[in-house]
Amino acid sequence: MNTTRRQFSLLAASASFALVTPARATPDSMKASIQAFTGGKPIKEGRVKFDISLLVENGNSVPLSVLVDSPMTKDNHVTRIGIFNEKNPLPDVAIFNLTPRCGRAQIATRMRLNDTQFITAIAEMSDGTYFTAKSEVIVTMPACVEE
Amino acid sequence: MARALINVPAKSKRGEIIEIKTLMSHPMETGFRPGMDGQLIPRDIIEKFVCTYNGEVVFSAQLYPAITANPFISFTTIATDSGTLVFSWTDNKGDMQVQTASIQVE
Repeated sequence: MNTTRRQFSLLAASASFALVTPARATPDSMKASIQAFTGGKPIKEGRVKFDISLLVENGNSVPLSVLVDSPMTKDNHVTRIGIFNEKNPLPDVAIFNLTPRCGRAQIATRMRLNDTQFITAIAEMSDGTYFTAKSEVIVTMPACVEE
Repeated sequence: MARALINVPAKSKRGEIIEIKTLMSHPMETGFRPGMDGQLIPRDIIEKFVCTYNGEVVFSAQLYPAITANPFISFTTIATDSGTLVFSWTDNKGDMQVQTASIQVE
């Protein structure tokens, strides 16, 4: 049987898809990673202001910032801020360790985005509670494609 | 490793919250990208960033491959005393790059 052009292109497309698709974080692996961060404790919405573009052209460098509402005293401060993603090869982005000497629970960095996805920021308070905010980012040109 | 850019206000008032910005020159190779020969390029990323203020750790971070090449990190600290801020970046091979900045508090 001769392979038609359509069959051939379909075959080629599926083969290249199988070859190119790398290991990926999934919403499930992100959950596992968050579970490891919080130790399974409940996470509440609020107190975290997560600032990231809603639409980016280039996923290679996406600025983000997190500001957590906290007095940052010895007894009541933010100890850690974790950033997590759903669809990059690894679910972790970064974990920031803060101290009362930071004065303000505010961080900024730049991350890579492999695809349109939800990014989650979680703040760990010194009393062992967790607060979160998430944001969806639409990416038109993902990171990790160019040489 | 290479050069770092650090932005610390030269002068500040005691008790003021100051913003510190750091940019480290580093490829942050993820270990997920194939090179020209089709083999994966080995991972080469900065994993740890630490900032000490007169010897005391005020801020640190754990970085993963999702952080961009030339990692930018910004955070705040309270200007307590004049002195030195020491910044260190450690990569996954254990190489550490250290930079310092002085701060004047009035």
